[in-house]
Amino acid sequence: MSLIASLRTPRGLITALLLLVLAVLPLLTQAFDQRYLLSIGTRIVIWAIAAISLNMILGYGGMVSFGHAVFFGIGGYAVGILSHHGVASGFVQWPVAIVAATLWAALVGALSLRTRGLYFIMITLAFAQLVFYVGGGLEAYGADDGLNISRSRFPGLIDMRDKASFYWLCFALLCGTLWFCSRFANARFGLVIRGAKSNELRMMALGFPVFRYRLAAFTLSGAFGGLAGILLANEGAYISPAMMSWVKSGDLIVIVVLGGMGTLFGPLYGTIAFFVLEESLKPLLDLLRKGWGEYWQIVFGPMLVLIALYARGGIDSLFGRRHG
Amino acid sequence: MDYLLLQVLNGVQLGLLMFLLAAGLTLTFGIMDLVNLAHGSLYMMGAYIAWMLIGWTDSFVLGALLALPATFLLGVVVEAIVMRRLYVRDHLEQVLATFGLILFFNELVRVIWGPAGKSIAVPAFLNRTVEILPGVPYPAYRFAIIVVGALVAILLAWLVARTRIGMLIRAGASNRRMIGALGVNIELLFTLVFGLGAVFAGLAGLMAAPITSVKIGMGDDILILAFVIIVIGGIGSIKGAFVAAMVVGQIDIVGRAFLPDFLKTFLSASAASSAAPAISQVLIYIVMAGVLVWRPTGLFGQRT
Repeated sequence: MSLIASLRTPRGLITALLLLVLAVLPLLTQAFDQRYLLSIGTRIVIWAIAAISLNMILGYGGMVSFGHAVFFGIGGYAVGILSHHGVASGFVQWPVAIVAATLWAALVGALSLRTRGLYFIMITLAFAQLVFYVGGGLEAYGADDGLNISRSRFPGLIDMRDKASFYWLCFALLCGTLWFCSRFANARFGLVIRGAKSNELRMMALGFPVFRYRLAAFTLSGAFGGLAGILLANEGAYISPAMMSWVKSGDLIVIVVLGGMGTLFGPLYGTIAFFVLEESLKPLLDLLRKGWGEYWQIVFGPMLVLIALYARGGIDSLFGRRHG
Repeated sequence: MDYLLLQVLNGVQLGLLMFLLAAGLTLTFGIMDLVNLAHGSLYMMGAYIAWMLIGWTDSFVLGALLALPATFLLGVVVEAIVMRRLYVRDHLEQVLATFGLILFFNELVRVIWGPAGKSIAVPAFLNRTVEILPGVPYPAYRFAIIVVGALVAILLAWLVARTRIGMLIRAGASNRRMIGALGVNIELLFTLVFGLGAVFAGLAGLMAAPITSVKIGMGDDILILAFVIIVIGGIGSIKGAFVAAMVVGQIDIVGRAFLPDFLKTFLSASAASSAAPAISQVLIYIVMAGVLVWRPTGLFGQRT
C-alpha cells in the first residue's frame, strides 16, 4: 500500500499524527513549559526501541523472552564502565556496547533456543538474573547502588546534555528501528521467523534451518535492546542493576502485548499507553483521595489481568483489521 | 568440620523451604498447564497473614495453624476469580496476568499493612539450640523447619503416590481431557490442587519469616529461584523439584558461607563480601543453564 493511501485508513492517520507529535515534542514541551513531559517523552521513545526489539522475537517469532531488560543493563553498563574509566567518546562506547549486547544475545540464544515453552521463558529469565546479580556484585561500579556516569561525548556532532537534542537523537534512532523492523518483518528472513511461529514443523519440512533463523533474530533483537540500554544510561546519566531487574522485563512484555504483538507500531502504542497509564493513574487516584496515587499498581495489576484475558490483539487491533 | 555440617544443614533447611514453594508451582504447571508468577505472592501473603494472626492469638503455633486454612482460602478465591480463566490460555497470557497479580498483591500488602517490614519472633520454646551431634549445637527453630519441611515432603509424596486424590492428580498431569471425560470433576480437582499449592507456599512463607523478615516483594526473588528449581527438576515432577531444591539450597548456602573467605585470598574484604552472594546466585543459574543444555526438559521432565 502506498504511503498516501495508508494515510486514509484510521490506523495510518493515527500513526502519522502520533509520529508527528513525537517529532515536535521538544517544541511542544517548550511552548507549554512542561520540561517534565520531555523527560517522560524521552523515556517513552527509548522504551519503545526496546519494545520493538522484543516484538521482533516475541511478536513475530513467538519466542517469549522474559529477560529482555538485560540488554538495558548490558548496553548501559558498557557505556557506564567505559565512561567510568575515562573513555568518554561515544564513538568508542556505543559500538562496544552494541557488540557486547549482540554477543550476549548470541550466547543466550544459542543455549536457550534449544528449549521450548515454559523452559524458554524461564531460561531467558535466568540468564537475565545472572547478569543482574553480576551487576549487583560489581563493587567497583557501585554494586546494588549503581553509578553516576557522564554522558557519551560526540564532539562537534551533538551535545547529549541538551535535553532536546538528546530527545531528537533518540527519536531518530526510534525511526531507524521502526524502519529496520518493517524491513525485517516483510523480508524473507522475517517471513521465516513468522512462519516458524505458526508452524515450526512445516517450516523445517520446507527446508528452513529454523534454529539458525531464530538465533539470528534473537541476536538482532539483543543488539537493538543494547541500543536502548545505551540511551537509557545516557538519559539518566546513571546505571544500576535495577535497570535490568526482572520486573522491567515483565514491563516490556506487558508493553508489547498491550500494544499488539507482531505489529510494526504496536510496541510504540504500547509504550505510550503504559507510561500514560502510569503517569495518569497516580494523579487520578490522588484525586479520589490524597495519598492513594502511591498505590496506583493496585489498579494497574488487575488491568493487566484483564488485558491478558480480554485484549488479545492489543491497542493495534482497535484501529481495525490490518492490510498486509 | 562442624562448621561445614552446620552449613550443609542450613542448605537442607533452605532447600526444604524452596521445595515447599516449588511443589505447588510444579503441580499447578504439571496439571493445569499454568505458569503462575503470583505463586510468590501467596508465599508473601502467608507470611503476612501469619504475622497478623500471631499478633491476635499471641501464639506462634496457633497463629501459624490458623494461617494455613487462611492461605488455602485465599488460593481458592484467586483460583476462582482469575486462574480458572487462564488454564486454556497460552503461556504468554498467563505470564502477563499473573505478573499483574504480583503488582496487585504487593500494593495490597502496602495498603493493608503499610510499607514497613514486619518481623515474627522465633517462638520461645524453639528459641534455643539443640545438639544434633554431641557438642554440635544447632538453632532449634531452623531444626524445626527441617523437621516440618521433611514431614510435609513425605506427606506430599504419600498424597501423590498413595491416595485417590494423588491418583487423580497424576492422571490429570498426564492427560487432563481424558480424566475429565471419565467423569472426574476436574474443576474441583484444579481448585483443590491450587489451594494445596497455596498452603505450601504460605507455610514456606510463614516458616521463613522469623529467619528473614516479612516484607513487600519477599516472594518475588524466591519465586524466580523456585522456577529455576522446577525447571532444573523437570516441570511437573515432584521428585525433580525435591532433588533440584536440595541442590540449589546447597549451592546457595555454600556460596554464601565459603565463597567470601575464598575470595578474600585475592580480593579486598569488602569486594569479597559483596561479590560472594552474587557469585553464589550466578552459580545457581549456571547449573540451570547446564542442565537445560544437557536435558532441555530438566532432570526428571517428560521428554517430548
